[in-house]
Amino acid sequence: MRTAALAAVLVTVACSAPSARQTPAPQRAMTDSTAQSTNGLGLGATSVPGADPFPSTYRPFPSKATVIRNVTILTAAGPTIRNGSVLLRDGRIAAVGASVDAPSDATVIDGAGKYLTPGIIDIHSHVGAGASPGDRGAQTNDVNEATNPSTPYVWVEHSVWPQDPQLPRVLAGGVTTIQVLPGSANLIGGRSVVLKLVPSRSVQGMKFPGAKYGLKMACGENPKRVYAQRGPSTRMGNIAGYRAQWIQAEAYRRRWDKWNATHQGDPPQRDLGMETLAEVLRGNILVHNHCYRADEMMQMIDISHEFGYRIRAFHHGVEAYKVADVLAREGIGAALWADWGAFKMEANDAVRANLPLVMKAGARAIVHSDDESGIQRLNQEAAKAMAAGNRIGVPVSEDDAIKWLTINPAWALDLDSKIGSIEVGKNADVVLWSGDPFSVYSRTEKVWIDGAMMFDRSDPSERWRTDFELGYVPAVQQTGGSK
Amino acid sequence: MRTPILRAALLVSAALPCSLVAQTVAITGGKVYTVSGATIDNGTVVIRDGKIVAVGGNVPVPEGAQRIDATGKWVTPGLVDAATLLGFSEIGAVGGTNDAGATGKDHVAAAFTVWEGLNPASVLLSPTREDGVTSVIVHPTDGLFAGQSAVVELVDGDATDMVIRRSAAMVAYLNNARDVGAESRGEMLLRVREILDDARTYARRRADFERAETRPFAAGRLDLEALQPVLAGRLPLLVAVDKASDIQAALRLAKDYSIRLVIAGGAEAWMVAGDLAAARVPVLTGAMNNIPESFNALGTRQENAASLRAAGVTVALIGNAGGGDEETFNVRNIRYEAGNAVAYGMKWEDALRAITLTPAEIFGVADRVGSLQAGRDANVVVWSGDPFEFATRAEHVFVRGKEYHDVSRQDLLMERYKNLPPNYETQLK
Repeated sequence: MRTAALAAVLVTVACSAPSARQTPAPQRAMTDSTAQSTNGLGLGATSVPGADPFPSTYRPFPSKATVIRNVTILTAAGPTIRNGSVLLRDGRIAAVGASVDAPSDATVIDGAGKYLTPGIIDIHSHVGAGASPGDRGAQTNDVNEATNPSTPYVWVEHSVWPQDPQLPRVLAGGVTTIQVLPGSANLIGGRSVVLKLVPSRSVQGMKFPGAKYGLKMACGENPKRVYAQRGPSTRMGNIAGYRAQWIQAEAYRRRWDKWNATHQGDPPQRDLGMETLAEVLRGNILVHNHCYRADEMMQMIDISHEFGYRIRAFHHGVEAYKVADVLAREGIGAALWADWGAFKMEANDAVRANLPLVMKAGARAIVHSDDESGIQRLNQEAAKAMAAGNRIGVPVSEDDAIKWLTINPAWALDLDSKIGSIEVGKNADVVLWSGDPFSVYSRTEKVWIDGAMMFDRSDPSERWRTDFELGYVPAVQQTGGSK
Repeated sequence: MRTPILRAALLVSAALPCSLVAQTVAITGGKVYTVSGATIDNGTVVIRDGKIVAVGGNVPVPEGAQRIDATGKWVTPGLVDAATLLGFSEIGAVGGTNDAGATGKDHVAAAFTVWEGLNPASVLLSPTREDGVTSVIVHPTDGLFAGQSAVVELVDGDATDMVIRRSAAMVAYLNNARDVGAESRGEMLLRVREILDDARTYARRRADFERAETRPFAAGRLDLEALQPVLAGRLPLLVAVDKASDIQAALRLAKDYSIRLVIAGGAEAWMVAGDLAAARVPVLTGAMNNIPESFNALGTRQENAASLRAAGVTVALIGNAGGGDEETFNVRNIRYEAGNAVAYGMKWEDALRAITLTPAEIFGVADRVGSLQAGRDANVVVWSGDPFEFATRAEHVFVRGKEYHDVSRQDLLMERYKNLPPNYETQLK
């Protein structure tokens, strides 16, 4: 049912957005520079769709074939499998079911009483860019380039510090993929980056291979507050600001699409900001829009129709429940907190059943954190929302709630063919929990990324400690939970 | 079934709870966690005229009492959140709805008592109470001496009905010297000592002071006066610090002036648990933060509360994951803080105590709240199961003997938008 609705939306949007249909296919420009060199142009001189000037250098960590058996599996792809088994091999989920054929050399883990889920995906994080410690003078907060209301030219990966001690803590919370976003000071904040939670000397070593970029946009109070003196200082000023940028971007896209098709004459002037926005118009970059209020979401949807781009997900969306039917119709995801509210006027209508109500209306509900502590317990956030739904007669099962944490955010990143569920062929990103992940008493025990065990609570000596932590943060023995 | 209630509430006020007053109520058959005494399987709690009159396994149900069958349920005291701004901060970013801070003079506002700023019409009271939190402790924000904390019971009424202790602690924020007008830790502590010394001198020379025959003091008359109960050991000094060495400095200060110290925050308290236990200094801390977010808190860990308890330190649990203004929205989540503390090594019974009787004891209201015991205020919650679990609901909430059936603003919003598009026409009728 949901698929059909989405297909209908695709047609509608394509019809109202003729520019999107002429999209040139993304290319890996930097790996195929022949065209440029024959023109005598350096790599940085041209604006090519799908360019990848900071390519991922991520390689999966060494892994062993592993079988987890006798475990309760929340697959995010179908009903819960009790007493099931999963085989992880060569970085992929090789088998899943009541039992699996295990190679003789496989490591076997008994999951009796435990749960296995896909790795959790948070599409709204600032870890790495807003690093710890955050003391005044530490200069570790590189989230908002609050010098201009529109900064599509910044890429948040250039703010990510791979030694941020928050990163291993996120992994320990069962999170295997995050989208790091620029902040919300600006109408258009810049490019996001999708990372795996792995130790690396560089952000490139954490980048999810092949993941699309996102564009951060922000509605409402934050931009008008930050730029009150120079403008925008009102919500109408915000809207005018987005539209002016898209008008410019559309002209830029046309100029470059034409030149890329013909290579005739001197190439147009390259502009980093317009390049990012043109990629949105071509469908190569996904829009992630911070927007609290229902009425503002409706306006942002109209702007997307006017300029022919898609909004992939509204983030924060504390009023998403008021327009969940529209989000379903438009095929827009809603990335939400379980229960943040009242910290500012536009967050004042927060309700705890937001996620269940969005799901009930047929839209994609996603649990997000925007918080370095909350990201470690997204399972608990989902549990709170699940209880809130059940309380008001909007039933939510564990099989529903696990999707809020895994396959739905994977979809929001356009990575749902690779991650987000326990199905054969998917990346072996899985989490073993000490018990039901929707119980307050359960904790992660082991976390695998691409089949490699990256976190093991039972073996503190193996834990990822960032450079910063050495000598500063006491290495402590984990105490066990006791119910 | 719910519609008439909702409509009435809409017409009158979104924050208006619908309550029933019963003279005598008997809650029977539940597993009763008294906290102050043994846990009673199949126990009875009898409530009359706002007080608990009997608790036990063989308590007869008084004739004519309203009976609540709690078979299979868990019965606990109403929960106590020991550090919040509930009722004093409606919307964080809207300055005029925030009433927990004082301008003071040179970061000193010892005489400031937050309690008079309580907003009994806060829409955040209902969602807190409907999840089983019946008392909160509110602390003034910011300052070398920030002012005095209040204990609030979540009953209907005005501030004088709701506030059960107007001065429950003196608060000092000693985490960041530069926030309180000093350049370094040493200078900050010097100022604290100067003010405490002057408060002592002032107390001996009030008459001279009134005749202007004393040297100038480091703080004003009202503030020096307000510090007297602290110096006399009658009012605890709640010191907000995280770093182990700052905790030790606070312990030295408390020893030198014979002050009853309480540590709030205490991220690295586990590193000095022995010192805290020896000095019998309680700690307010949480179990949901492990981030070295400051050079003052590099040792932050979720096992803090459990480690402190294991060392014999008195611990009250407070929310420590996010902080900030949103906590007024989520005071109700204090029970999950307790659940997480258990997941990180605390005994279940200790965790329940840490959000009921222990904070009541620390702030001097254990004769009113925090336990199920004859003579205490009838703040009683009947839970569908383990109160620390997400799926568990507070099925009955009594505060001072009255059962509340809250319909919060959040409930009204959900009702309005449960089916889309909303039918405003129907709702306007």
